[in-house]
Amino acid sequence: MNEDNSIISIDHISKWFGEKRVLDDISLNIKKGEFVTILGPSGCGKTTTLRIIAGFETPDEGNIYIGGELMNKVQPHKRPVNTVFQRYALFPHLNVYDNIAFGLKLQGVAKDEIEKRVLRVLKMVGMTDYEWRDVDSLSGGQQQRVAIARAIVNRPAVLLLDEPLSALDHKMRKDMQIELKQMHKQLGITFVYVTHDQEEALTLSDTVVVMNEGVVQQIGSPTDIYNEPVNCFVADFIGESNIFNGTMIADRKVRFMGHDFDCVDEGFGENVPVDVVVRPEDIYIMQRNDKGQFTGTVSGCIFKGVHYEMTVNTPEGQELMIQDYNAFAVGTEVSMIIKPNDIQVMKKERICNTLEGVMTDATHVEILGCDFECLPQAGIAPGDKVTVEVDFEKVDLTDDKRDGVCEGDITFILYKADHYHLTVRAENGENIYVDTQDVWEDRDIVGINIRPEDMRISAKKAENQA
Amino acid sequence: MKKLLARLYLGLILLLLYAPLIFIAVSSFTESKVLGNWTGFSTKLYSNLFSGGMQGSGLMNAVYNTLIIALIAAFISTLLGTLAAIGIFHSRGRLKNATMFLNNIPMVNPDVITGVSLFLLFVFLGVSQGYVSVVLAHITFCTPYVVLNVLPKLHQMNAKTYEAALDLGATPGQALRKVLIPQLMPGMVTGFILAFTMSLDDFAVTFFTRGTVGLETLSTFIYTDARKGGLTPELRPLMTIIFIVVFVLLVVVNIRQERAAKKKASLK
Repeated sequence: MNEDNSIISIDHISKWFGEKRVLDDISLNIKKGEFVTILGPSGCGKTTTLRIIAGFETPDEGNIYIGGELMNKVQPHKRPVNTVFQRYALFPHLNVYDNIAFGLKLQGVAKDEIEKRVLRVLKMVGMTDYEWRDVDSLSGGQQQRVAIARAIVNRPAVLLLDEPLSALDHKMRKDMQIELKQMHKQLGITFVYVTHDQEEALTLSDTVVVMNEGVVQQIGSPTDIYNEPVNCFVADFIGESNIFNGTMIADRKVRFMGHDFDCVDEGFGENVPVDVVVRPEDIYIMQRNDKGQFTGTVSGCIFKGVHYEMTVNTPEGQELMIQDYNAFAVGTEVSMIIKPNDIQVMKKERICNTLEGVMTDATHVEILGCDFECLPQAGIAPGDKVTVEVDFEKVDLTDDKRDGVCEGDITFILYKADHYHLTVRAENGENIYVDTQDVWEDRDIVGINIRPEDMRISAKKAENQA
Repeated sequence: MKKLLARLYLGLILLLLYAPLIFIAVSSFTESKVLGNWTGFSTKLYSNLFSGGMQGSGLMNAVYNTLIIALIAAFISTLLGTLAAIGIFHSRGRLKNATMFLNNIPMVNPDVITGVSLFLLFVFLGVSQGYVSVVLAHITFCTPYVVLNVLPKLHQMNAKTYEAALDLGATPGQALRKVLIPQLMPGMVTGFILAFTMSLDDFAVTFFTRGTVGLETLSTFIYTDARKGGLTPELRPLMTIIFIVVFVLLVVVNIRQERAAKKKASLK
């Protein structure tokens, strides 16, 4: 597993914080000299991954190798990595020079050598003449530069950066991105960068690692991640996208929005439900004519600087987002074309909810940690373990959590052209997926109801006999 | 009118609070053996105190003991209290609340009870009665004050600086010495000063834990002296000096705290 050119190997690492599993079997190889970005929403485990590389956390399962050596039990100060912290973490009692010289002094580097190296990195980060300044007197951007200088002056094999630009304003962030990229080229060392900003990830990295809920979703180059997302989460998180429920009719033929389209994907089988992603800039829009593949009416048009962003409603009840250099006024009848290359077909992760449960009595089943009423089941006795299947659209959410059998909070919302696909985390930490027309907000606390007749219950045979 | 009344009230309170101290300070500048008689201005009591005129009475010895005990106790409590504060700061939930609670009890516990229970404990453990037992006892009641002064500093500082030090190659010990302690220093100094004055001031705990080897601190000396019939006149200048020293120390503590608050405000 340790290929010759890989400097960091994360091998099946899992990590729990109490009951909560924050990392779930993460594996990742980082090549020497690469600029790798770990990208994901807050709480996805990206910072924990970085802290495991730095040595501030130890994995509960799995191994971490740096430079081919097992590092699980190696203390942070003995690892060949340096970190740029989120809020800089400069030493307030030391001036700029002493902050940067901190690591070198500990290593016992000669005084004149320290001075040479400190001045060199100060020049590199554009902070010459600031060496005697008090760090509290510096602006956010300047503190950031000192933090970077303090890390790279030690010539680490790997530089870890934990959302280093998140505290800076937009313009400053753009400038720093360019400088970081140049620094990476100049230094030739490996950068591992953690961020929740997808634009930053695409701009900076050689490789992007998309994480969600402690699981690696996709690893690839920025173009791969953008053009060929492996699932709805990645498609939605990276850039803007139109996501549809579709059906793969045959190889190179997919049906969505009530129309058949040519695509380039093969090997899904026939009449298989799939998710389809089309980027808003990949839909060609024109005045209504008969050359289009489908039609619609413009219902919104916003100027975004470089392009216009339009909302188009189709007669089939779908809502599309389209970006184009030409504006079409609200109410315009339009025709649209999507080219085969621009249709990204993804295997559905699931087509209905599949929940593990236990029959508590003849008409009740415990799923999601709560007791739901169900129809009497022939051949299943109370206490039996069962599998319960529920269609996405059959799950009912209530505003007041007390109106539901179970309580949950909405952790992810995906808009799928004519409905929302919600991820709701129940009290016991399990997820249930819901299709709905209603508008909910992220982090809403809701009640969960399922009608007895909408549950398909089957016994788990193998375990029953055990 | 309301304002005037408020000022009068405040003045009266301050007068009552400070009258005894002023009385002692004034009467330290006269030679009269009886406290309260004014027999003309003189600095003889001061010169007696400093020229060795008090040798043999044990007064200077008591002063010396008091200062040594206060310095040792304050120093050790500062170390212990700082480490305890770091531990409390990093513990969570019930453990944190429990330790904070245990930390606060010695501060509200009556001195007599602290003194008697420590005395019993020292006897039980066979700790030698005298300097050792008194210093240990003083450390016990001084440490909580240091904890209370260091904790806010921990809350103020960026907790990631410790990790940053480790990350840059410092061992945990080096990170503590080079990064954590310097940032906690203001709280530690305030804690030290408070512990020092608490120790100087103590009578009850010292009285119970000093044993029978004849160890006298200032407070026990004055107590014995007063029971022998009248205070030695030289105590008047000594008390005046101690009052001024403690007063200056407290002013220093206050100025430090105010400055820290101002600095914090200006950074925002």
